[in-house]
Amino acid sequence: MTECCGGGTRLIYACSGAADVGEIADRVVRRLRSEGITKMTCLAGIGAGLSGYIQSAKGADENITVDGCQVACAKKTLEKMDVTPSSYILTDLGLVKGETPVTEEIIIRMCEKIKSARSNPVSTPPAGSGGCSCGGKC
Amino acid sequence: MKIEILGVGCAKCHKLEELVREVAKNENISADICKVEDFKKIMNYGVMTTPALVIDGEVKVAGKIPSADQIRGWLKN
Repeated sequence: MTECCGGGTRLIYACSGAADVGEIADRVVRRLRSEGITKMTCLAGIGAGLSGYIQSAKGADENITVDGCQVACAKKTLEKMDVTPSSYILTDLGLVKGETPVTEEIIIRMCEKIKSARSNPVSTPPAGSGGCSCGGKC
Repeated sequence: MKIEILGVGCAKCHKLEELVREVAKNENISADICKVEDFKKIMNYGVMTTPALVIDGEVKVAGKIPSADQIRGWLKN
């Protein structure tokens, strides 16, 4: 859903890679979206160079990537567009590529780890632009 | 030249439309300027945050209001 005014916009992208951890990354991002934490958008749109996706990333207050493994395709795709995301990599959070079944239990566990990491950040998320200070009223 | 301002009707969207019309007028640039409020049309551009400015099908900015100088540069190119 499109965010009015760009105030507090957080966009999230999954690598959605072919491996088990890529599939889990996709499911994790969809779950975080359904919880209303962030707005999911298409990494493929960025990779294809579509201006709407690129400018939305540049205008968002924060971009978040969830990658299955350390190849970090989602993170690097955004960085190629000069956008620095808050990056989460599932193998860094304990999953093993090629050896992890795609189960609800693991998806929920990864969501909780990401939410926990976000509430106790090691480093400050990148400063964004935009925001109209409307407090959601406009 | 076709210019579209994408937005669902917030203050920033109106401000961007006014700014674009003002710059086009001052620079004597003939353009078809229209406001797009249809949510599906906005989503078709992949735009996740408004206001957004589209010139001849290319999204130039989303989620913020560009400066008059930036708009002028886009209109003259």
